[in-house]
Amino acid sequence: MLSIKNLHASIEDKEILKGINLEVKAGEVHAIMGPNGAGKSTLASIVAGNENYEVSQGTIELEGEDISELAPEERAHKGVFLSFQYPVEIPGVSVTNFMRTAINESRKAKGLADMPANEMLKLIREKSELLEIDRKFLSRSLNQGFSGGEKKRNEIFQMAMLEPKLAILDETDSGLDIDALRIVANGVNKLKSKDNAVVVITHYQRLLEYIVPDFVHVLMDGKIVKSGGKELALELEEKGYDWIKAELV
Amino acid sequence: MSKYTEDDLKVELENKEYEYGFYTELESETFPIGLNEDIVRAISLKKEEPEWMTEWRLEAFRAWEEMIEPEWANVHYTKPDFQAISYYSAPKKVDPNKTLDDVDPELLAMYKKLGISVDEQKKMNNVAMDIVVDSVSVATTFKKTLGEKGIIFMSISEAIKEHPELVRKYLGTVVPQKDNFYAALNSAVFSDGSFCYIPKGVRCPMELSTYFRINQAGTGQFERTLLIADEGSYVSYLEGCTAPSRDENQLHAAVVELIALDDAEIKYSTVQNWFPGNKEGKGGVYNFVTKRGLCEKNAKISWTQVETGSAITWKYPSVILKGDNSIGEFYSIAVTNNYQQADTGTKMIHLGKNTKSTIISKGISAGKSQNSYRGLVQISSRAENARNFSQCDSLLMGNECGAHTFPYIESKNTSSIIEHEATTSKIGEDQVFYCNQRGIPTEKAIALIVNGFSKEVLNKLPMEFAVEAQKLLEISLEGSVG
Repeated sequence: MLSIKNLHASIEDKEILKGINLEVKAGEVHAIMGPNGAGKSTLASIVAGNENYEVSQGTIELEGEDISELAPEERAHKGVFLSFQYPVEIPGVSVTNFMRTAINESRKAKGLADMPANEMLKLIREKSELLEIDRKFLSRSLNQGFSGGEKKRNEIFQMAMLEPKLAILDETDSGLDIDALRIVANGVNKLKSKDNAVVVITHYQRLLEYIVPDFVHVLMDGKIVKSGGKELALELEEKGYDWIKAELV
Repeated sequence: MSKYTEDDLKVELENKEYEYGFYTELESETFPIGLNEDIVRAISLKKEEPEWMTEWRLEAFRAWEEMIEPEWANVHYTKPDFQAISYYSAPKKVDPNKTLDDVDPELLAMYKKLGISVDEQKKMNNVAMDIVVDSVSVATTFKKTLGEKGIIFMSISEAIKEHPELVRKYLGTVVPQKDNFYAALNSAVFSDGSFCYIPKGVRCPMELSTYFRINQAGTGQFERTLLIADEGSYVSYLEGCTAPSRDENQLHAAVVELIALDDAEIKYSTVQNWFPGNKEGKGGVYNFVTKRGLCEKNAKISWTQVETGSAITWKYPSVILKGDNSIGEFYSIAVTNNYQQADTGTKMIHLGKNTKSTIISKGISAGKSQNSYRGLVQISSRAENARNFSQCDSLLMGNECGAHTFPYIESKNTSSIIEHEATTSKIGEDQVFYCNQRGIPTEKAIALIVNGFSKEVLNKLPMEFAVEAQKLLEISLEGSVG
């Protein structure tokens, strides 16, 4: 599904990613953990195509195709989805209108006509039930005045609507209380299939109790320094990151 | 002194033919350049106007001669040479040999984006139209329906002939001839425009649009509109066209007067899309408009405008709240891109008791443009319990444009409540990236954000206008980011 090789990236001449290698196969869940400032969110942004970063070396392939030169919307059309750590507000644009535009733009890129309104409504109903979202919520301006939990739930709702091949969840657990966390995690689990993949970026292993990863990677100072199974997350929770640093020296 | 008659004028003009060589020009489509009393008389004569109208124009002309062009607006341009303009052109005629293939392909591409029908495209470019039975019958049905209700809707030239009592009673009562430099100029030389009268208690059953006006001529440089809603009546009026008009006239000075008698309501919606000049700021229309409405007791006037065109816009649709309990509203979206400059806003003059006004202004600036909101809220000493709410929001795109707000508040009555809110924001890269990530390309993302920003005003437009206005916003801002 996703294959990242020797990825180096910088912003304003400061190198953030220093040679990332990552292989994610269809049907897998990967967790990326690491201390603040390690480059986790940068990695997510770069895979999604954020042009503020300069990729100096390396390749990003999605299903065998190099996507590193593609515009962010083209990557989205190919099935890349990023759940933002800080979703932005767009005043005056309802969640429904935003989703309708997003879905129809993706369809347009694939040469399809707009989704018929009744089909769209059916999809919205189905997915909002999945994430226990009140329908009134969908007519509010996107993210404006949303609580932290509402924002994150809305991100996963969008993921459900767009049905991506590769979903990257950047700190989706931050700002969520335990009930919201459960709802969001349930949503992700229901959307998981053998044909798609999920990359979870998190500080804490709490979310990983609900979304169980097949692999855990530790990102430190722009590199993946350790990989393992789900038990690695528990070990990190218990011991912190210092012991890995010690191991590296 | 004996009375000056049309016959005298004819004689005078004939004599001047030799002197200035301009009478022969009268026979052709366009007057010679320049403006003087003879030209004003000639316009009036050409339009076969009654003497009172000629005198009215002359009075305006004499006042205009004494006036100077205002400079207080936040716009910078080379002043037009008023003696280098021709003040009368006959309505453009259909050229039987012209086809759509002769029209600028760029313009046609824009029509396509706006979803304008081929027949409309032909009409706008003076291309001969095939006679479509349907459109003829639409016009006829339209005229019949209005006639049954006693509604008068015609060109102002026709109205001067057919309903002189109404025109004479109301013309210049809201915007006097001497109101301002451009209004005086318009009063002296106005070419044509619309006249509308809604009788007492009548609710106009359809949106009145200049598009449907029978006998429609080219609107011309100096358009004059007079709209009277008699007691208890209602009308919604649509002005303009969402299609771009590449008019060769650089200077446009229109006057619109609205009169809402007791308990009447007028909704006036405008979409202005005159040629804004090219990307380098060359060319484009100077749009200096005076629009004002007068509310009698319990009356209501709503101005809604979407301004995307013109190189220079100078326009303040206003309401005089003369009657007690009257209501004035102003909803505006002004978009400037490239080198466009807009100085627009409103005046709400509260004279009566319990009068209310609402101002919602949305300015969107892109490119190297300058966008100013200028508004006056004036509460007179007699206006007990007057209320005003103003909201002015500006949206900036890029780093080279400007947004300015000049709100003036004058209150002479302590029982009034005046609220003013203003915000300035910028379309953030993070907003655009967020949209991109969901598969929405940048141009579409900008359109979405701008539409969201303008929503409160777009919602005030009649349905058929709103959809086109949305598309227009999109097109106006095309290429403004990147």
